[in-house]
Amino acid sequence: MNSFLIELEKVCLAFSGREVLEEVSFSVSRGEIVTLIGPNGAGKSTVMKIALGLLEPDKGQVRRASEISIGYMPQRITIEDILPLSVRDFLMLRPGTDQPQVDEVMELVRITHVAASPVQRISGGEMQRVLMARALLGNPDLIVLDEPVQGVNIGGQEELYHLIGKVRDEKNCGVLMISHDLHMVMAGTDKVICLNRHICCSGEPGNIQDHPEYHALFGQQSEAVALYTHHHDHHHDSHGDVVLDDSGDKHGAGCDHD
Amino acid sequence: MARGAIMIDGFILNATLAGIFVALAAGPLGCFLVWRRMAYFGDTISHSALMGVGLGIAFGTASPWVIMVTCALVSGLLLLLQRGGKFSTDTLLGILAHSALSIGLIIIALQESLRQDMMFFLIGDILAIDIQSVMGIGIMTVVALGGLAYIWKSLLSVTVHEDLAQVEGVNVLATKVIYMLLIALLVAFAMKVIGALLITSLMIIPAAAARNIARSPFHMALYSMIIGSLSVVMGIMMSNQWDIPAGPSIVLSALILFLVGRGLPNRFRI
Repeated sequence: MNSFLIELEKVCLAFSGREVLEEVSFSVSRGEIVTLIGPNGAGKSTVMKIALGLLEPDKGQVRRASEISIGYMPQRITIEDILPLSVRDFLMLRPGTDQPQVDEVMELVRITHVAASPVQRISGGEMQRVLMARALLGNPDLIVLDEPVQGVNIGGQEELYHLIGKVRDEKNCGVLMISHDLHMVMAGTDKVICLNRHICCSGEPGNIQDHPEYHALFGQQSEAVALYTHHHDHHHDSHGDVVLDDSGDKHGAGCDHD
Repeated sequence: MARGAIMIDGFILNATLAGIFVALAAGPLGCFLVWRRMAYFGDTISHSALMGVGLGIAFGTASPWVIMVTCALVSGLLLLLQRGGKFSTDTLLGILAHSALSIGLIIIALQESLRQDMMFFLIGDILAIDIQSVMGIGIMTVVALGGLAYIWKSLLSVTVHEDLAQVEGVNVLATKVIYMLLIALLVAFAMKVIGALLITSLMIIPAAAARNIARSPFHMALYSMIIGSLSVVMGIMMSNQWDIPAGPSIVLSALILFLVGRGLPNRFRI
């Protein structure tokens, strides 16, 4: 039997009569990184909210393994200036966590230097890492990340994706994330789900890149991905999570770019 | 007018105690109002309290519980209307606050015996508070602070990010409902002290003043209690000195403390 952490089966949802999701089915298992990609308005965040139990689908089933703990990294968080909240205080808000755990996670995502800073005074990249830290607290079985590298520079993006892979390897948790940037996604993901209200295609990154629906959806952008993946290959070979072996024909041009 | 010195002391002692009790609960509850950008919600509840006073007297009782139930019902109505999603919370609060205020004023005006007291319902009558009321308000403060301590972490988490709190297992709806009930409780018991028009200020201004010097949510709540209590003492002294209404004097004192705080260097900001 498939030991999924979470499974969506034929999930449908409409907002005031307008179909937002049609028969979306997928699952996330332990040790698996699943990435949702798709254009704006494709329903990625909605799918994520349904998976998290924040929204109820009109039709279809959502099954979660019993007693799993979920770490969630929301897309953006605005904290009013009038709330004096340090990074450490923010992390301590996670129910059931304690000081040593918070220290450990801050070390892991390298934000110890801003521990005492007000959350409103840290950079966008630091904030993303703080949110990531919050999601990692309490050893979650499933980590759900909504555009985890938004507003982070390229170097930082690579580091964050690497960190996600590392956490998955170490804790054997499942990861469900939304991403806009195809470049990074393709390298570190086990399963890609292409969403545009319905699932256009899904599968391993290597296979999906040959899928006509994928090209229809992302057009030129999809070409750039292969180039980038090549670049990524060079740097991260040692980690072994680079998958794209059958797109080798595309990296010729990429070398110029590098 | 010749009033005995002991009489005056008794009045002032009762008034000061009642005022401080209200300020102790209003500060931390008010912190969440400003953190959650809900200042207008405070107004809606306190305006509903006026309707509660009117209804209570129409039913022949001056019990704070009638006021509290009225406030709670209006909060419940707000939660229901929010679900419709057509109107923004801001608009709904505007509708509820002023409707409740108007209904309250009409009910009170319909009762001959109360008409002269109208002003006291709006700005409070702190110098007329007896020892029983002081004790009632004291118990209210203990309950309100205890309740807030109980939901503190959950409410703070909900304030920072509702979805995140819910995913992490916080019961968001229960937390918000308890918070609304605590506000209703405070407002119901504070009506006599500071009145329907001014009570929100005792929640908002000390909290805002505390922000000037606070480094954490807990510190801000603590400082707001101190600043609120100081405002009460200053206000009653001013009122006594210059024979001006106590409620507005307390608010003015809070404003002065807020402005003084603005002038201080902010130790928190880097």
